[in-house]
Amino acid sequence: MAFVTANWNPLGEAFYRKTELYEMGWNLKDGLRDCLLAAAPYGGPIGKSELTISLFKKIYIHIFITSSCIFLSLQWKSGVVRQLGWTVCDDLLCIQEDGTVLIYDLFGSFKRHFSMGNEVGQSQVVEAKVFHSPYGTGVAIVTGASRFTLATNIDDLKLRRLPEVPGLQGAPTCWAVLTQDRQSKVLVANGGDLFILDYTACTAVNPPGLSPQASSIVHMCVSFSYKYLALFTDSGHVWMGSANLKEKLSEVETKVRNPPKQMAWCRRPKSRQPSVVIMWDRHLLVVGEGKDTISYHLEDDSILVPEMDGVRIINGTNHELLQEVPASCEEIFKIASMAPGALLLEAHKEYEKESQKADEYLREIKEQGLLAEAVRQCVEAAGHEQEAETQKTLLRAASFGKCFLSNFPPELFVIMCRDLRVLNAVRDYTVGIPLTHTQFKQMTVQVLIDRLVYRKLYPLAIEICRYLKTPEYQGVSRVLKHWACCKVQQKEESDEVIARTISLKLGEAAGISYSEIATKAYECGRTELAIKLLEFEPRSGEQVPLLLKMKRSQLALSKAIESGDTDLVYTVVTYLKNEMNRGDFFMTLRNQPVALSLYRQFCKHQEQDTLKDLFNQDDDHQELGNFYVKASYKEKRLEARVAHLQSAVDEYNKAKNEFAAKTTEEEMRLLRFQKKLEEEKGESLVGFSLHDTLRTLLAVGLHKHAEQLYKDFKVPDKRFWWLKLTALAEKEDWEELEKFAKSKKSPIGYLPFVEVCVKHHNKYEAKKYVSRVTPEQKVKAHLAVGDMEGAADAAIERRNEGEISTILSRCSPTTDRALVERLNRAKSTAAKK
Amino acid sequence: MYVIQAAAVRGRCAGCLMAQSGRRDAPELPDFSLLKRLARDQLIYLLEQQHEVDKLYKVELKPIVSTADQLCFLIRPRIQTVKWISDVVNLDKAAGRLRRYKIIFTPQKFYACEAVLEEQGVFGDVTCDEWAFYLLPLDDDIISLELPEFFRENFLEGDQRWVGAAGGALRLIHSLYGPFSKVYGIGQCAKMVYESWREQVEDGEQKTQQPEIGNVFLIDRDVDFITPLCSQVVYEGLVDDIFRIKCGSVEFGPEVTSSDKSIKVMLNSQDKVFNEIRNEHFSNVFGFLSQKARNLQTAYDKRRGMDIQQMKAFVSEELKGLKQEHRLLSLHIGASECIMKKKTKQDFQELLKTEHSLLEGFEVRECVSFIEEHINRQISMIDSLRLLCLLSLTENGLLPKDYRSLKAQYLQSYGIEHLLTFSNLKQMGLLVEQQPGETLTVMESKVGKLVNDKTAGKLTDAFSSLAKKSNFRALSKRLVLIPKSGEEYDLRVPRDMAYIFSGAYVPLSCKLIEQVLERDGWTGLEEITRMLNGHEFAVSGGANGTESRIKADSQRIVLVMFLGGCTYSEISALRFLGRERGYKFIVVTTAITNSGRLLEALLDNHP
Repeated sequence: MAFVTANWNPLGEAFYRKTELYEMGWNLKDGLRDCLLAAAPYGGPIGKSELTISLFKKIYIHIFITSSCIFLSLQWKSGVVRQLGWTVCDDLLCIQEDGTVLIYDLFGSFKRHFSMGNEVGQSQVVEAKVFHSPYGTGVAIVTGASRFTLATNIDDLKLRRLPEVPGLQGAPTCWAVLTQDRQSKVLVANGGDLFILDYTACTAVNPPGLSPQASSIVHMCVSFSYKYLALFTDSGHVWMGSANLKEKLSEVETKVRNPPKQMAWCRRPKSRQPSVVIMWDRHLLVVGEGKDTISYHLEDDSILVPEMDGVRIINGTNHELLQEVPASCEEIFKIASMAPGALLLEAHKEYEKESQKADEYLREIKEQGLLAEAVRQCVEAAGHEQEAETQKTLLRAASFGKCFLSNFPPELFVIMCRDLRVLNAVRDYTVGIPLTHTQFKQMTVQVLIDRLVYRKLYPLAIEICRYLKTPEYQGVSRVLKHWACCKVQQKEESDEVIARTISLKLGEAAGISYSEIATKAYECGRTELAIKLLEFEPRSGEQVPLLLKMKRSQLALSKAIESGDTDLVYTVVTYLKNEMNRGDFFMTLRNQPVALSLYRQFCKHQEQDTLKDLFNQDDDHQELGNFYVKASYKEKRLEARVAHLQSAVDEYNKAKNEFAAKTTEEEMRLLRFQKKLEEEKGESLVGFSLHDTLRTLLAVGLHKHAEQLYKDFKVPDKRFWWLKLTALAEKEDWEELEKFAKSKKSPIGYLPFVEVCVKHHNKYEAKKYVSRVTPEQKVKAHLAVGDMEGAADAAIERRNEGEISTILSRCSPTTDRALVERLNRAKSTAAKK
Repeated sequence: MYVIQAAAVRGRCAGCLMAQSGRRDAPELPDFSLLKRLARDQLIYLLEQQHEVDKLYKVELKPIVSTADQLCFLIRPRIQTVKWISDVVNLDKAAGRLRRYKIIFTPQKFYACEAVLEEQGVFGDVTCDEWAFYLLPLDDDIISLELPEFFRENFLEGDQRWVGAAGGALRLIHSLYGPFSKVYGIGQCAKMVYESWREQVEDGEQKTQQPEIGNVFLIDRDVDFITPLCSQVVYEGLVDDIFRIKCGSVEFGPEVTSSDKSIKVMLNSQDKVFNEIRNEHFSNVFGFLSQKARNLQTAYDKRRGMDIQQMKAFVSEELKGLKQEHRLLSLHIGASECIMKKKTKQDFQELLKTEHSLLEGFEVRECVSFIEEHINRQISMIDSLRLLCLLSLTENGLLPKDYRSLKAQYLQSYGIEHLLTFSNLKQMGLLVEQQPGETLTVMESKVGKLVNDKTAGKLTDAFSSLAKKSNFRALSKRLVLIPKSGEEYDLRVPRDMAYIFSGAYVPLSCKLIEQVLERDGWTGLEEITRMLNGHEFAVSGGANGTESRIKADSQRIVLVMFLGGCTYSEISALRFLGRERGYKFIVVTTAITNSGRLLEALLDNHP
């Protein structure tokens, strides 16, 4: 504990510390000399490729995790590699001289490749850089012809060839990629000139206040956030400023004129000053705002890995983190600090020693009212410490302080404990992800889980998910899915074993998509396994696309139907239609009524003939009959119409639907009759219903033909009488009407006669029929012609109370007083009975 | 934003509650204007942001005359429409015209539509998009999916393509106003919609919120065909029957407006006059309207004896409202007069009498001859069909002799193409022949067997409607659907839901809902569900078991989803039920229907 500040170095107002993360276990003969090395940020893996190219030696690419346990070695057989880099998904990018970029996963298996453009071929890639932006991982190259090409996101490859830089011959002295205004740009230094290249233009820029002694910019680096820029000039000055070159932060003279090997920003969120780490062969320098610098001697060749809150230094033996000491740590551990956190830590120490001084310290904090602040400082500082012991001490102190606070929210402390537990687990030597707490918060648990999954550290990932209580859907289930996808690729195990293992493990987990796993299995050429896995998929809809892909169309159809998603059913049906011959296709549909009805729907609009074939296949004569009837009224020509109807009759007969057959036959007869009449009389009739035909005939006075129709088609008497009655009244042919009424006894009674006359305002004619109306309807008839007396007589005769009331309601008390009285009397007598 | 909206609507609700003097403890309805806004924003996004559309045309299946170099179609995923678009594209191609085409399907795209585009060879020329517009709130308590084709496609053609859409609609409501604590349902389609919804909910992520809708009731239209086939006599239903309400608005022709133009009116609770009479039996409407007219006159009369200052206030504050009310009042009086003219005729009275006799099973022979005369005189194609169906449904099929002769006479009146209509009606079980010697018990055992026969699977169930029989008589006895005749029924003070049919019949669909809510499930209704072909379910809890203390108010809000359409009369009945029992019903329907629309959907005479 006493040595916490041992590795601290002051620079300006802040302190910097260099802490060892791991002792490197890699066994390198030549150290890091003569090799390409790429380390991913956020404690990602390291890739290393040997540069020594000789005819006899094989070239290897090694992938290490940060703690340097060798992960894997890969014999390189492809072209000359210019640059290695890592994507955000922990894939290794190997950028070759000829502009080809090969992508390998963490386990060294080749994933894919792409090219940075054809024109690169002859001029070759001189230098390449891999960069990360919110849009993904990007690659920038500069060719021997001094042209830059840039791809912002390698997963959505769009190559941008940047404009030429004026006066640039060969490789530039130095360059860097910036991300500004949602665009990736390149900053190029050619001697003393500085240019910004975007997609369209090349703009010369001047860093404000750059020392005039400098004639050339020899090195540059951009901060992790792309907000700051540092330039190293041949005069040994380091210029620091904002990346948009509008503001200068500071300029420091290093007194070293050699161009540095590497330079990196060393900042942290809320850091006190901008600072840059510069590395020469054996010399490391930290420069900040003031004139002071911190210099370290390096034992070995090293590389710098910029992080969001510091710089990692990796060499043959060590892996260290150089960062500005966070404010809370500084407050607590600074020698003779009187900050509340420091006092609380002291108080807790005394308390452990069972000394009463603990109380004094506590009082001091409490008097200032800073206990909460003290606790917060301790918790925060714990997060920034790498050593578990230090973390524990600080957390214990915080917990101790908390006891004296009444309503301090517990989340801060609890979450920090939890986070630290996770961080310590992944920092472990065997896992080797040296994340700081700041980085962890920035990259979120989700990403951490992803990265563990990429490394196939499934058990640890699941443990963390459970520990952090991540929702299953995003946590455990996701990890299990990846595990299963990995599992199906294990060729040595049999399908049954794998399927069983997977189902056992995944059994209870929510939100697992078996179809995704099955797809993976199918991609690996294990169709049988895929089918077995699909059976575990509870949502049948999910199974269909893969089943189709695997050509299990019958199974796909039944699964689609099970899913209840008609769209899916239809997809399969169309697929089957193209796949099978017609007969088999129809047979398949026949066994699947849902699919059949769907297909019928489609055929109704698109393929009438197919519809017919479908019914034929099923011997569905009823539907065939209907089909022909429908077809008939689409036809204009009479012969075709009759022919269709004849087919319909045949089908109806086969379907034993006598009624339909007979009606259809009658319709044919009617059509012929109509046609004949149409030709003879010029009256448009074809297509009318029997009723309409009759009405038309009666209206134009073709009574004889109407009679003939009436007999031929056995039209019910009632209908005919109604028709004729209305037709005659329409024409106001009262004489004919009277004759008709007398021709024989009316099947509809005589009330309609009365009513129809009244409707045509002929009360005189109406009265003729009143006497012939049946007694039950007499009252109505009298009322219709307006004969109140007559109605009253009839009603009284029948002694019907209801009818009397009806008449009463129609009488006006003033004019029909006598009648009203008579009716009332009758009513009372009727009521008595 | 949401909270503020809800408060605004509450104010409105309080107003209408006072007007209808319901139970004081009736809960308030959730705010559905959110649905409209969601859909609108999405469409605007689709149209403006993506495709820069500046003008919309109605799809009329006619050739397009336009000089624009880009056409955008907003359509339902119907094969016919897509085919028409393909023709448009092919025509342009033949004329050497280069245009861009965009089809926006709503609420979703069907693979079949893409297949048509492909077969017509225009798949590469058009781009497709989807506008997930499922729910159109027609009123405070009515939401429509506006899918009239749902009825025919699902119940007649066995095509379940819209089940997913209905499930999606339910999911949307659930995510905005849920979680639901209990879901009841009856009918095969209801079950499928429920399952589809569950599946969609499971796929998506859950968020916990205060539930606004507690209970959900899903019901298939084919559970109760009788109610929509009866003549409507409640004002809103009558307006729909006569003038046809479209999307909550109606066009009153010159005979109503007593001028030479037609006027389009929105019919919803915002229309204060309409809001008071919509649920009333027609016989009361005139009384209401004249009272209203008197009130209005008094309000106008206030002007007299005002000084300048008061007059100023009157003109700026009240006059506009009064004028508006005046306008609406005269429209509704016009409409009522028009209805009176049509409906107080002898014919209509006799039609109603026949309907009521059929429902009661009284003097059936006379009804048959009435129907016969109705057909013979060619009075109305749809009404005749409606009476035939009612006869078949109430009598468990027609006598073989009647079946043949009535059908033959109908064909004589309206043409042979109705052979297909009859075939459709038979398939739906709407117009069937009585099986000789088949008593109710035989029928019941048959139905029972059908339900238990799971080996046939749910596929054949889709066609079980072939064997479906109506057991109306037994149902009406058990559920007391027909109030005792002889007693006077005062339509001014309705005592049960039968008032919507002049006290002659309690709608079966609404009675079922009442019973299930009362019993909190189907227990005790086993007989009845068996007669209705089963497929009933009641699921409680839903997603959240943790929510122990559910807001009591939401428990009284019941969402009823009619699959295949519902009538305004049914909505009126539910509103009445709600007032009586302190519930608030929200009706979600695939479309508003009535006897005309229902039967027209089953015709097959369109060439």
